[in-house]
Amino acid sequence: MVLRKTGYLTKEELVNSKCYPSEERFKKGPVAIIECTEEIPCNPCELACKFKAIKIGKPITNIPILDENLCTGCGLCIAKCPGLAIFTVDKTYSDKEGLISFPYEYLPLPVTGSIVKAVNREGKVVSSGKVIKVLNNESLDRTPVVTIAIPKEKLDEVRGIKRLESKDLK
Amino acid sequence: MNMRIDNHIILGKDERKEMVEIKVDGKTIQAKKGEMIIAALIANGIRINRYTVKKKEPRGIFCGIGQCTDCIMTVNGKPNVRTCITPVKDGMIVDTQYGVGRKE
Amino acid sequence: MIKKEVVIIGGGPSGLSAAVEAAKRGAKVLVVDENLRAGGQLFKQIHKFFGSSAHRAGIRGIDIASELLEEARECGVEVWLNSVVVGLFKEKKIAIKKKLSDDSEKLEIIQAKKIVIATGASENAVRFKGWTLPGVMGAGAAQTMINVNRVLPGKRILMIGSGNVGLIVSYQLMQAGAEVVGVIEAAPQIGGYGVHAAKIRRAGVPIYTSHTILEARGDKGVEEAVVCEVNDNWEPIRGTEKVFKVDTITIAAGLKPLIELAMMHDCKCSFIPQLGGWVPLHDENMESTNPGIYLVGDVAGVEEANTALEEGRLAGTAIAEALKYISLEDAGKLKKEIWQRLNELRMGPFGEARMLAKNNISARCKI
Repeated sequence: MVLRKTGYLTKEELVNSKCYPSEERFKKGPVAIIECTEEIPCNPCELACKFKAIKIGKPITNIPILDENLCTGCGLCIAKCPGLAIFTVDKTYSDKEGLISFPYEYLPLPVTGSIVKAVNREGKVVSSGKVIKVLNNESLDRTPVVTIAIPKEKLDEVRGIKRLESKDLK
Repeated sequence: MNMRIDNHIILGKDERKEMVEIKVDGKTIQAKKGEMIIAALIANGIRINRYTVKKKEPRGIFCGIGQCTDCIMTVNGKPNVRTCITPVKDGMIVDTQYGVGRKE
Repeated sequence: MIKKEVVIIGGGPSGLSAAVEAAKRGAKVLVVDENLRAGGQLFKQIHKFFGSSAHRAGIRGIDIASELLEEARECGVEVWLNSVVVGLFKEKKIAIKKKLSDDSEKLEIIQAKKIVIATGASENAVRFKGWTLPGVMGAGAAQTMINVNRVLPGKRILMIGSGNVGLIVSYQLMQAGAEVVGVIEAAPQIGGYGVHAAKIRRAGVPIYTSHTILEARGDKGVEEAVVCEVNDNWEPIRGTEKVFKVDTITIAAGLKPLIELAMMHDCKCSFIPQLGGWVPLHDENMESTNPGIYLVGDVAGVEEANTALEEGRLAGTAIAEALKYISLEDAGKLKKEIWQRLNELRMGPFGEARMLAKNNISARCKI
């Protein structure tokens, strides 16, 4: 697996591991993407989902499987994943743009409305993004969830933003 | 260069405000009350704790939890004090240790 | 000489959970810890733990530490801090160098009915030219500095080792405000979980597999790190050197059990690479080859904090049973549940080798 060599998954690997939502599902609105393809002993995501869309079962080393029809894309699972491996993507946001939500445990936090550099799984800047929402309430237990709008064609690629420095906020 | 982590996404703001003074090789530096000596040194840009006996090579923190003794210094005249697990006290005298303790 | 029912050496996750488990059944428990506060290495684990809800998954290590300390207080566990166990002798006598409030030291001898050794592990070093320069340190040391002492040991850091510790500490160094220029891994593949690797990759940190460190350069401290590729025989390939301008090199090359006390009490040990090296043998109750002496957590084989917590519960339950605070039947039921949870944590590609090694140990202990 390429992941073990490079440290990040490719979309092909994700699709092959049946972790990736279908294009038909993406057309219906926001949906979760669980980028967790190794059998590690972990299952908080399963409990996090109110809609029972994430299935791990026993043993807890099973790979989480998303039922894309039950998933509403609510994003409750994002901060619950100890591996920070869950994202939500909304490909229906506007004609040209879509939304990606991801966990972001760094300071300073981005500011709503600001322009940020969106990075892919390799940490390379691939587009700019606009910060739509920054959640950091108590239930997230210090794992803030950031939502940015980016060009639609980058939605399968972008998984975060370039870390900000204090001077970026001024 | 500030080496202190004043704010942290998980740990929050550092609420320890009270400062004490310690003397390191004769120079007074500021330390947070109750912090480990090594933390005060790092915060003040000091990273040599001692020089070895034979080759007189510098040594700094290595394990950080009191096991390896690389960070030992002379504290209030007593050599071989592990600075990573010994808290500062106001007025403490900390000296770079040469060899096993004697200054040559 | 003081007499105590149960003495637990080490107040980390395994020691504390053993204490809580035994004390809540009625045993009188003393925990001895050399640090200024108990909790062991949990206080530097600021990330959310893996596992299931039964293992407190999703909760950060620091918060588990606080919960455990609170539980220990509630069930009446006595804790001696700033107290170093310096000897373990026949008839379960423990020599403790206890620091008093006026900074003077006093030697106490305690005789216990049951002893739990929960001394943990220490970090392995990697030797290379310049490895003794200030600025070369264990990954755990860097983690202690940033998350406990709240100081940055450096601003630009190179991590050696891509196991979970190397990957997690790299991430936490960035959370603390440092820059991690890369992670070096001698093996052809990344050692730790893919999700931990992915987290630092998208933060822009390259992971160099099949690479090793050749040299740390600098006068009074690290200024540069020289790395190069290695061939299939793990030998450096000339001409592939890369130089990083860094002020700190952190080493995450695994841990080894701290078995000195177990050896002092003639507990039989065996060399088990999957568990970090020399490990004292223990049965399915975590009891060593020396009856009444138990081993829990990393000293019984290096694993994770969540397995350490379960092993502590196992020993605590077995001790409560041996001291007749709970019935054979109740203990059997509880232990079975704990074993199920332990086995869950040891499944999958990352746990299999440990599970096999652990099962082997129990089998050998019976012979």
